Amino acid sequence: MSAVAVDGVWKFYGDFPALRDVQLEAAPGSCLALIGRNGAGKTTLLRIIAGFSRPGRGQVRIFGKPPRETETRRQIGFIGHGISVYDELSALENLTLFGRLYGLADPRRAGLEWLERTGLERVRHGLVREFSRGMRQRLAVARAFLHQPAVLLLDEPFTALDDRAIAVLQTLLRQALAEGKTVILSTHQLREALELASHVALLTRGQAAFCGPSTPEMAADPGLIYARYGEG
Amino acid sequence: MGFLRQALTIAAKDLRAELRTKEAINASLAFALVILLLFSFAFDPTEETTREISGGLLWIVFAFAGALVLNRSFARELPNDCLDALIAAPISGAALFLGKAVANFLLVLAVELVSLPVFGIFYNVRWTSQFGELMLVLALGTWALTVIGTIFSALTVNIRLREVMLPMLTYPILVPALLGAMQLTTGLMAGQPIGPDTAAWLKMLIGFDVVYTAVSLVLVESVLVG
Repeated sequence: MSAVAVDGVWKFYGDFPALRDVQLEAAPGSCLALIGRNGAGKTTLLRIIAGFSRPGRGQVRIFGKPPRETETRRQIGFIGHGISVYDELSALENLTLFGRLYGLADPRRAGLEWLERTGLERVRHGLVREFSRGMRQRLAVARAFLHQPAVLLLDEPFTALDDRAIAVLQTLLRQALAEGKTVILSTHQLREALELASHVALLTRGQAAFCGPSTPEMAADPGLIYARYGEG
Repeated sequence: MGFLRQALTIAAKDLRAELRTKEAINASLAFALVILLLFSFAFDPTEETTREISGGLLWIVFAFAGALVLNRSFARELPNDCLDALIAAPISGAALFLGKAVANFLLVLAVELVSLPVFGIFYNVRWTSQFGELMLVLALGTWALTVIGTIFSALTVNIRLREVMLPMLTYPILVPALLGAMQLTTGLMAGQPIGPDTAAWLKMLIGFDVVYTAVSLVLVESVLVG
């Protein structure tokens, strides 16, 4: 069974089709890099897979179930454009809150553990509004990984990250893939993505122009896939 | 994690965040006190007519001051895309809605409880004569305000003019509840307990709360996930 299956998904904004009959699959333990130019539909597709938005037509399945089912949501970790943590709460309060919402047995302990893994244990009681940008980003990573999701959906995760946050995220993603978790990430940074990706999907004007395994050729020349399958 | 615990977790989070910034509650309280003060210049506190409009005056102030709290309810989730994290979490939209409604209810009620003694002094009204029944009407009217305000706060969260849209959408629907609360409050301020002639307003207020709470709990998932 596929970890993530996108079957004939369309999404309309008014009359404009942001996604057109998108068909994708990601097997358990695979890493799918979703690439495409601005406005190609990467974020829209990731939001539909995450269950934030409903497709106009078609369906998405996470381990065979719709993304809005409660049990399915427990299996998804998402990092979007925002950090999705509260400025008015401390780092530990944020992680404890999300640990509670995900039904973790000991949310505080899980929070402390992830603060340590992301190098934020010394500022655990500091309010997020006082954090530097890099610290906020690492906290966002900790929030997404906190409940040990089986599927990680990352929307341009390396954009605007500082070096330390990139290193933390890459290490965690490698560990997650080694543990058999599935990663789908949208990105403009092809080199970073192809270091991790086992598969690549190219979105062009809302359509999946290419979807297949990542090859050494692509890693050597990230522009190749655009030249071969994109709009040139 | 049970439905109620999820709702309470959301309510506790909202209250904690609000009490740290005091953005909404300070604005709401200042607005309520200033309006009560200004109106006290317009009406003669010794006049009997002032007491006759006391319920209406009070609930208009509560409705406008409450809008300032309600506007922040879902808008608070916007700055870091926190709403995405809440929608992604394995909790029902109904639990999320209920948690936010409970937090809003407590914040608006706090503003009202501070405003009441001020109202009593400015307008020379003995508001404590039917204290228990007044608190019941206050709770029911405030729940009506927060349920309608919270669901429309979710609906307008992504609209640029949400501060304008929220009152425009909320108040027309609130008319029956406000009317009931105003009628009951005016009677209670005059020292008359709720009797057979005013019991219908109380039943209507309870019915309004039950119906709109149920409708909001059912609809909120569709409102949040587009």
